[in-house]
Amino acid sequence: MVERIQPGDAVHPGHPVTVNRYGPTTRANHWVTAVSLILLAISGLALFTPSLYFLTTLFGGGQSTRILHPWFGVVLFISFFVLFAQLWRANLPARVDIVYLSRIKDVLAGHEENLPELGKYNAGQKGVFWGMAFLILVLIVSGVVIWDQYFGEATAIPTKRVALLVHSIAAVLIICVFILHVYAAIWTRGTLRAMTRGTVTGGWAWRHHRKWLRDLVGQRKIGPAE
Amino acid sequence: MSGSIVNAGPRTAVSNPPVQDMPSYFGEQDLVRRSATPDLPPPARQLTPVAKLIDVSKCIGCKACQSACVEWNDTTPAIGENVGVYTNPHDLTENMFTLMRFTEWVNPDTDNLEWLIRKDGCMHCADPGCLKACPAPGAIVQYTNGIVDFIHENCIGCGYCVKGCPFNIPRISKADHRSYKCTLCSDRVAVGQGPACAKACPTQAIVFGTKEDMKRHAAGRIEDLKSRGFAHAGLYDPPGVGGTHVMYVLHHADKPHIYADLPDDPRISPIVQTWKGLTKYVGLAAMGFMAVGSVIHGVFARPNRVSSEDEENAEKLVGTVAPQPPSQPEERG
Repeated sequence: MVERIQPGDAVHPGHPVTVNRYGPTTRANHWVTAVSLILLAISGLALFTPSLYFLTTLFGGGQSTRILHPWFGVVLFISFFVLFAQLWRANLPARVDIVYLSRIKDVLAGHEENLPELGKYNAGQKGVFWGMAFLILVLIVSGVVIWDQYFGEATAIPTKRVALLVHSIAAVLIICVFILHVYAAIWTRGTLRAMTRGTVTGGWAWRHHRKWLRDLVGQRKIGPAE
Repeated sequence: MSGSIVNAGPRTAVSNPPVQDMPSYFGEQDLVRRSATPDLPPPARQLTPVAKLIDVSKCIGCKACQSACVEWNDTTPAIGENVGVYTNPHDLTENMFTLMRFTEWVNPDTDNLEWLIRKDGCMHCADPGCLKACPAPGAIVQYTNGIVDFIHENCIGCGYCVKGCPFNIPRISKADHRSYKCTLCSDRVAVGQGPACAKACPTQAIVFGTKEDMKRHAAGRIEDLKSRGFAHAGLYDPPGVGGTHVMYVLHHADKPHIYADLPDDPRISPIVQTWKGLTKYVGLAAMGFMAVGSVIHGVFARPNRVSSEDEENAEKLVGTVAPQPPSQPEERG
């Protein structure tokens, strides 16, 4: 099964080889998503537990935290679903994902020689992608239900109670996914530049996403040398 | 009254207030609960619990209590619209802390139409759901005399109290985005006076005093009602919220819901309890576990680095394909 190559992905021969992974708009949008998720987590945690209420000072106090939090959510929702539209195809499940997950010990230990050759995303990355997509949907829907300033009359109190519980559980989960995502990007050295410069080295692609690299090379997505 | 006045709190709303200045007999040192403040020091003294008793059977629906409430709290409810019912305004608002709710009910036993009038407003629960739900430290407080009060300068307008309340009482102002409800006239009670509504009630359907006295008074009223054929007359002091500091004498205490949906067995919603309890502790633990787990993995597992071999392999792979023009595709590997 050959994955459709994502538009913009290309290999540049050189020493080292560089591979285009994310274009400028995707990167810019990713950072909008990232910043809004961080702001949401901080402002949300401030209202989640009294021990973190002091975080409201970062947003100018409790009232302004209450005003800003849902708007951050709207920004996150829009920017994430632009990312979603760009990346969902490459995140569709593949048979190789099962093999990858069955060897999760090798993943955690960094023994990638024991893993199958992977396309643009491994099963963990796909999990983060679909987890984020699902949780952001749950959060925006439950969030609108409890956004009383504009939607206070739209639902009854028992519905809002359920929404509060669902919203807080989904928020906890998305923060966990976020920690996993950030940590994995740091632990796997050479990853962050994909979201800063937009490129990775050929060695990084060879090590972590060899099938993706082979597909790019095989389908002659080769740009000028750098 | 002679000599200096000892302000030990009011015993009744009926007597005229003293004309001398009076120090407030309770204050911040008497808080038994404070929202979002788990480490509140325990109060040094226990004040005598107070209560307002509303005898539904004595109410004539004159709305003097509503007027007195508006007057004392200096609120200005919007001019309403008559939709054919006596209830006016149609709901509690941030400017109307108490509301006479009128219900026409046909008693199935007697086939009589009964006009039920219930003065709705904050019940001052011993276990207040609003306070439990509130995320803002000190926005909702409870004094040892039982009064649950909103401290507006600490309120952030999130509306969590609205979801926490089993009686649907608090209202968020559209003007200043703060939550409002009946204070049990804490400012009047603090200087030895009863609530404005009780003071204004012409039939003394609303009375105020210590909770003990009010229960005793209610017992007498219930006995009287029973002797008049209301076999199910009783006191509404619902145990599901630990009892309340606003109580009703109901002629049909076996079915509170007929009084404009007064809850039969109010309690803080289990969903709110789960949200404020289990979810918080398990959630913080889960996020902490993820963070600590990441750090531990980061310390003990070597970073996953790309080796020079990997780079060479990639160069070889790309090199096997002709350099520039995509004219001669080769098999991979």
